[in-house]
Order: sequence, then structure tokens, then C-alpha cells
Amino acid sequence: MTSLPQSPGQKRLGLVIDLDTCVGCHACATNCKEWNTSGHSAPLTDLNAYQAEQRGVWFNRVFTYEAGGQGDNARTVHFPKNCLHCEFPACVTVCPTGASYKRAEDGIVLVNADICIGCKLCSWACSYGAREYDEDQGVMKKCTLCIDKIYNENLPEADRVPACVATCPAKARHFGDFADPDSHVSRLTRERGGFDLMPETGYQPTSKYLPPRPGAKPLSAAEVKLPTPEGKRDSAGKFLRWVDAVLSR
Amino acid sequence: MHPAFSVIFFTTASGAGYGLLALLALFGVTGLLPLDTLLGFVAFALSLGLIGAGLLSSMLHLGHPERFLHALTQWRTSWLAREGVIAIATFVPAGLFGIGWVFFNSASGLFAWMAALAAVMAATTVFMTSMIYASLKPIRQWHNGFVPPAYLVLGAMTGAVLLVLVSSLFGVFNPVFALLALALLAAGWVLKAAYWRHIDSSRSQSTLGTATGLDKFGEVRLLEMPHTEENFLMREMGFQVARKHAAKLRLIVHAALFLVPLAVMALLLWLPLGPVAIFFVALAAAGSTVLGVVTERWLFFGEATHTSMLYYGRTM
Repeated sequence: MTSLPQSPGQKRLGLVIDLDTCVGCHACATNCKEWNTSGHSAPLTDLNAYQAEQRGVWFNRVFTYEAGGQGDNARTVHFPKNCLHCEFPACVTVCPTGASYKRAEDGIVLVNADICIGCKLCSWACSYGAREYDEDQGVMKKCTLCIDKIYNENLPEADRVPACVATCPAKARHFGDFADPDSHVSRLTRERGGFDLMPETGYQPTSKYLPPRPGAKPLSAAEVKLPTPEGKRDSAGKFLRWVDAVLSR
Repeated sequence: MHPAFSVIFFTTASGAGYGLLALLALFGVTGLLPLDTLLGFVAFALSLGLIGAGLLSSMLHLGHPERFLHALTQWRTSWLAREGVIAIATFVPAGLFGIGWVFFNSASGLFAWMAALAAVMAATTVFMTSMIYASLKPIRQWHNGFVPPAYLVLGAMTGAVLLVLVSSLFGVFNPVFALLALALLAAGWVLKAAYWRHIDSSRSQSTLGTATGLDKFGEVRLLEMPHTEENFLMREMGFQVARKHAAKLRLIVHAALFLVPLAVMALLLWLPLGPVAIFFVALAAAGSTVLGVVTERWLFFGEATHTSMLYYGRTM
């Protein structure tokens, strides 16, 4: 059903992505592909995988930006992007078939591949470019928040987090319930000034990003000044230089 | 946005088909068109044929056309589902109206009601089509108030040019048809010119800065792409050929979709032409309109930019 849930569910699951600690290693994208190519939306088809014009379905892609222009405040920011599981996802309401839906119980946005007609309208409605069409299967696919992992009772409880979160070596990705004000993700968002991407869409993304912390200030000219050979030990310096010069002959 | 041929054909053909259907209802019921069997057969075959072929074509770009019945279920939220439902439903009054015209040479009583219903539903369907595009927030060239009226007027306008052609084929051309076509062509020209002024002068609210939330640090620019090859999004949303040639293509639209058919309608109104001459100038107007409207629709897709491309370093 493409009508949105009447009231927000008990849980609002999502991610917090820390742009301060992300090192841009692409491990989240790789592990996402690995888990999901045999998961809920399997397979994540690749075409021309071993030749030119490769293309394929990825739920997670890592960009790198330069922010702050050219000056001292300039910084390089690695920027992983996947579905934000919005509160008001237009990708769901535009779907003519009911294949696209937002789960009432935890807010996860999913696609039912059995009734998707592959019209791609949902991908047009998503401001963030989070949906990817599987040309081979003729249906739309998207991040499932690893729904087949986070609720999987065959896994140890510690492993019941999305693949991208589990694999991140920099701990830049956090998974949790935003409906709970005391959850890890809610606290991180509060304490670090977590923000929405493109708030002007009104889609109200559930997942948040944490801004890079202020960079280390470059040293001032006074701090940069190194001890010179001239100074208090000037005479000793001259003497040693003379010795050095003599011995070097 | 990538201009899929199937969708261009669908929106232009069904727009003209619904336009012609509405005008057949108007002039059939008011008696300005004779309720002749052969004329009715050709006119309805053209109108319903264009609509049917358009609807079939729109299914060509689907990944799973065989599941199309599912696409009629979500009319509560989806403009696409609403359009599908009403497009199919319109065949009922349109078919009955056509049967009355072709087999009973009648457009009164029940058939008049069917004609009126068919005209209203035809306009509603075209409006639903336009709302599929106008409701998409990420695409500023579509998400504006010019899109629904432009779809409605262009549908009626192309239908009017077809009506002039069909009526001249049967020697029942009436200057009222040309006058209506003239008025619709003028309205369409004004609307499209205003639409282009609007999209040229407005800018997206979204920038790479708001898309990444890094605008608080100052200017943001793309340093590295996530991958080296083009992905689905870049091919679907990042189409650039039309924008490169937008100025030339707009000139073609101005000339072929508006100027030439307007000149022909003026000619038909003010020059005393014989029936054969009327048919051939009407044919020229129709040919020009087809070229013009396909180019217009190609530009409608090609000029549209999508906010997801901000992440790939494109401007909106």
C-alpha cells in the first residue's frame, strides 16, 4: 500500500553517518553489495562486469567533496550516501502498484519486487538518488537497511546491524532507533549537531549526518618560527660552523 | 531526464487523441460536424487509435508490462495510478459515443451524455498525466504551475489541428474549427514561452551545499566520483544532449508547433480555398505539428534536471 502509515511507528530505524570520521575507504559500499546480493533484494545485478561500460546496482555509494573553498577552512569530506528512509517518502506515494511501501512498525522503506512493474517513477521522485533500477530483473531496488540481518535471530545479537555499519573500520556509521530519545543515534544527533540532507524537500529523512569537527588550525607565523642558528648560542654556533667547515675540507 | 521514446510518443499521441475526442464531442453534439458514418469511423479510429497506441507504448518502457493491472490499485496516492484508471475508464463513454455516431448517426439523448462524459474524462486524463510530472519535487522544470495547463492546451491544440485535417478530408471543414485551433495555438505558444522564461530564470532551492549539508563551511565541490563508469542514475537523470542543443530545439518548436500551424489556420480563415487546397494545407499543418510536439516533449524531458545529480557535481 503506497499510502504512508497513519501515525509514526513505535520505532524509527535509521543511520547516523559521521562525516568527521569517515575515511572514504568504500568498505560500507562493498560489504553492502556483498550482503545484499544474496539478501532481501538479491541479486544486485552487474552488467558488463569485466569489460568497459560496467554498470550495476549499488545501494551505497561513497563520494568525496571539498568544502570551504581554498582557504584555511578547506577540508576534504568523504560522503557515503544511501537511502535515508524518509518520514514522508515521495518514492512511496508515487508508486502506482503498491510495490513501494513504508513499514509502519519501524519506518523502513522497501520494494516488493513481486509486483513492481519497473516504471522507475519512484527513482524520479527521490531527491537523493537512492533508488537503483535493476535492468536485468526489470524492477526497482533500494537499501533495505539490511532488514534480513537486523532481525535475523540466527545471528548473534551484536551482529544484528546493517552490513555497512558492521564493516565500517572508522566507526563512522551508527544504526539505531530515532524514536527513542535515549538511543545511541538520537544522542549522537543531539550532541554533534546531526543534520538532514536537503531539508527543503520536506521528505524529512530519518537518517542523519554528523558534520566534520573543526579542523586543526594551521600554526601561526610566530608558532612556525623555528630556532635559528643565530640567537643566544650565537658564538657557539659560529665556532661549530667553523669546525664543521674545517673538518669538511 | 532521459527522454524515453515510448513516453514521448505516449504523452503526445494520447494528448492529441484525447483532444480530438473532446472536440468531436463538442462539435458532434452541437451539430457543427455531420454525424456521418464514414467520417465518424475515421475520426474515432484516429482518436481512440492514438490513445490506445499511446497507452500501449507507455507500457513499453516498463520492466514488467505484464503486471500492469497492479498499476491501477494505488489511486489514493499515485497520479500514475489515477491516470491509468481514468484512461481505461474513458474508453467506455468514448466507445458508446462512437457507436452512436457510427452506427446510429446520433449524438443526442444517451449519446450526448456519453459525449459530454467522454470529453470531461479526456481532459481529466490529460490533467492526471501532467500531474505525474508536476508533482515531482526534485525536478524544478516539472514541479511548477505551467506544466498542467501546457499539457491540457497542447492536447486540445494538437487535437484541433487533427480535427481540421479530418473535416477537410471529408469536405466538411468549418471555419469555426480553424478559429478554435488558432485560439488554442496562440494560447499554447504563450504558455510555452512563459514556461521557458520561468525555467530559465528560476533556480533550484537545492545546491550541492544543501545536498551535503556542508554549505556551512563555504563552497562545496566534487572532488571524487564514487565510481568511474556511468550508473543508472546518471543515465536516467543526468541526460545532457537536449540541454546542449536546447536553443536550436526551442526554435524548431516555435516554428513547427506554433508558427506554421498558426499561419495555416489564418490562411484557412481568410483565403477562399477549394476543398482540395484546404486538405493539403491542413495536412501540412498536421505534419508540422507532429514534428513540433515531439520536439517539444523531447525538450520537456531533456531540459529537466534532477536534484540527485547535484551529488555528481552537476548544477540544477
